[in-house]
Amino acid sequence: MDARSNAKTRELAALASGAKLSKSQLVGLALALLAALALPWFVSDYRNFQFTLAISYAMAVLGLNILIGYNGQFSLGHAAFYAIGAYTAAIMMEQGGIAYYWTIPVAGLVCLLAGFLFGLPALRLEGLYLALATFALSLATPQMLKYDAISPWTGGVQGVTITKPDPPFGLPISQDQWLYLFSLAVMLVLFVCAWNLLRSRTGRALKAIRDNPIAASAMGVNTALYKSLTFGVSALYTGIAGALGAITIQFVAPDTFNFFLSIAFLVGVVIGGLASIPGAVFGGLLIVFIPNFAEQVSKAAPWAIYGAVLILFMYFMPAGIWGFIRMLYARFTRKRGAEQATRALADREQPS
Amino acid sequence: MDLFLQQTSDGLAFGGIYACVALAVVMIYQATDHLNFAQGEMAMFSTYIAFTLLHHGVPYWWTFLLTMGISFIGGVLVERIIVRPVEGTTVLNEVIVFIGLLAIFNSLAGWIWDYTIKPFPSPFPDKAPFGITFIGPHDFGVIGVTLVVLAAVFLFFRFTPVGLAMRAAAQNPDSARLVGIRVGWMLALGWGLAAAIGSVAGMMVAPIVFLEPNMMMGILVYGFAGALLGGISNPVGAVAGGFMVGVLENWVGTYVPFVGSELKLTVALVLIVTVLVFRPSGLFGHVVVKRV
Amino acid sequence: MALLEVSNLEAFYGQTQVLRGLSFKLEEGSVTAILGANGAGKTTTLRAICGMVRTAGEMRFAGERIASRATESIVRHGIAHVPEGRGTFMRLSTEQNLKLGAYTRKDAAGVTDDLERVYRYFPRLKERRNQQAGTLSGGEQQMLAVGRALMMRPKLMLLDEPSFGLAPLLTEELFRILGTISSERQVSMLVVEQNASLALAIADHAYLLETGRIVMSGRARDISRDETVRKAYLGY
Repeated sequence: MDARSNAKTRELAALASGAKLSKSQLVGLALALLAALALPWFVSDYRNFQFTLAISYAMAVLGLNILIGYNGQFSLGHAAFYAIGAYTAAIMMEQGGIAYYWTIPVAGLVCLLAGFLFGLPALRLEGLYLALATFALSLATPQMLKYDAISPWTGGVQGVTITKPDPPFGLPISQDQWLYLFSLAVMLVLFVCAWNLLRSRTGRALKAIRDNPIAASAMGVNTALYKSLTFGVSALYTGIAGALGAITIQFVAPDTFNFFLSIAFLVGVVIGGLASIPGAVFGGLLIVFIPNFAEQVSKAAPWAIYGAVLILFMYFMPAGIWGFIRMLYARFTRKRGAEQATRALADREQPS
Repeated sequence: MDLFLQQTSDGLAFGGIYACVALAVVMIYQATDHLNFAQGEMAMFSTYIAFTLLHHGVPYWWTFLLTMGISFIGGVLVERIIVRPVEGTTVLNEVIVFIGLLAIFNSLAGWIWDYTIKPFPSPFPDKAPFGITFIGPHDFGVIGVTLVVLAAVFLFFRFTPVGLAMRAAAQNPDSARLVGIRVGWMLALGWGLAAAIGSVAGMMVAPIVFLEPNMMMGILVYGFAGALLGGISNPVGAVAGGFMVGVLENWVGTYVPFVGSELKLTVALVLIVTVLVFRPSGLFGHVVVKRV
Repeated sequence: MALLEVSNLEAFYGQTQVLRGLSFKLEEGSVTAILGANGAGKTTTLRAICGMVRTAGEMRFAGERIASRATESIVRHGIAHVPEGRGTFMRLSTEQNLKLGAYTRKDAAGVTDDLERVYRYFPRLKERRNQQAGTLSGGEQQMLAVGRALMMRPKLMLLDEPSFGLAPLLTEELFRILGTISSERQVSMLVVEQNASLALAIADHAYLLETGRIVMSGRARDISRDETVRKAYLGY
């Protein structure tokens, strides 16, 4: 990404991100959390499934956001990491008989490694060229998954079916509800980790690399190492998302992990809100629900509606949904701040 | 030897098509600094328009020219109306708009003309001229047509004032404004030309792969790859890159054992990426020195 | 009617205000210098006239309002801007750069005449006419920028720090040529310069800018004799 668009990205990212939480924000967060926890009991099983999927996508979007929004590198290939995570879970559970919760950390670690390794040669490529390289990765993924030699594990073209896990300790909830809560828990852990990471020194290093890589390295930041690591972390998040997604859908097959999935993640990042953690949640929801919405509007040409929605978002909410919310919040608090300041001034002028 | 010649000429024919797409991509890239992902779908849509004209009895070469003209106007309109609001915002915002355009064109094509595969005529006679047998007649025609189009574009940029103005606007929009060039319209013009060139690619490839809404997806990828291989900053290089990718893809598909027609795309891309790791600005591009 | 009339011009980069209400007039056929230290707003003034920054206030050129119009339409009224950094089209040839200056003109014969004239003023450009402009030296690119502006046959030329980065001898030569152009071609000039003595040597009028305001104005001769100006800007 060149300097001019990086400057703009920074501008929008500043709008969209938040480094600290005020009291009212904490309250808002708590309410949102309560709503999320209560959800499974208020919606149908199918909706539950959709929300669980949205959670998985939200984590993938966050992974991609860490790379693009906070580190300034680009990727059109994250479907590959999602696929690796998904297949790791599938193979572990179905071929290895290992419990579903172990697949999460394993998928994460495998993808951490894969992402780091991919990040190393990717260092040499900038912007456009990196886009092509990751794009090639996206295209290669379904082909490689269908490759005969590994089909005993991957199930070749047919893929692998996964059995849905049961709730633990015999809790009186359905499998779908448990899966939702489990995914929610994983997502919360990942989001808190991301939040801490991005506020830390490492996070600042990442952003420095995004904003001005030459200056960053002149200041002693090991740009190459950080960039590869960021790829790795980004892949880790996406891999975990893939594992959960696979368990949710109960099925992995090569053709679902294609270029369009990578594009969907990118859409989620931009429309949810670049360089924002809450934006990822919106991103995940959008990936699941815009196509639904589009189909309802037009049975004949749903993707045309989808495309139109994307374009309209870019016209009217260029900083993404979260950026828009932050802007409203900033305006609201600025107004209140101005009122308070005016009142303070007026008090001072009063004769005592 | 015959197989080699055949594959090479097939490769060159496809290469000509990729070269057209690569040129269209580079033109928009030079003017605007980003890749138009919707290029392929716009070309596909243009081809459907040609199909409709042919259906109504318009003779082939008139259809060809009309389609180019309609595509030109369409490209200008798309830029002025849909792309303009996000110009100058971030790269990502523009990319999302392009993705939106891609989805819209693809879906509209399927809706208007349905998803069944349709045959598209080749305008070239059954035999190649001069009694040449190692290149098929359609291949020969494709190479010929694409060379003519590319030459015309080259002459336009090299020798006309508007062409010069477009190059200036792309290289240095601020300075261009200072000499009175309406940079916005130069951009629109670039899109129009790119759309027209893309329509040529579409009409040339449709007889081979048959007309259906997803026709151009793979071709677009190859076009991008060719543009990057040749060097995105160099239109001539991009064209050369397009031809190279065409030939490379065919050779890899034919001669490398485990690569069937499915992995062809992957392998070609991997090769290109490898080249880019060693020559990041492409084979013919110039290295951009970053000034701190 | 003055050629250029500016009233209460304010200019902003984003939220930062750089010009705080400038008012001045330029008469036709005159050379005016804008002096001031770094950051005073000199370059911004020129950019404001050409619509390249966000402005507030009134600007009239040859009686027509030019404030809040697009750069490309402002310059079509007859204003040629030789920008800071020269704005060369690096990958095009010298001659192509010059020809672009004439882009908006319809008189082919006049364009050819003017090209010959530019080559007479700057023989070095003629030598390098087919060379890529990016390979020209700094001084030559400066000449190219001035030449390109001349090719517009402008009524007003805006020059932003023409001496910047040039060796002293070259600078003197350039300013001598500017003086010749101004008298021969009846082109009015507005010259922004940090090198005050050079600018005052060819100017009729001068303005002194400090933090976005005009703090002194008058005939160039008078300004160059002023105590404070001499001490602060002329070094003696």
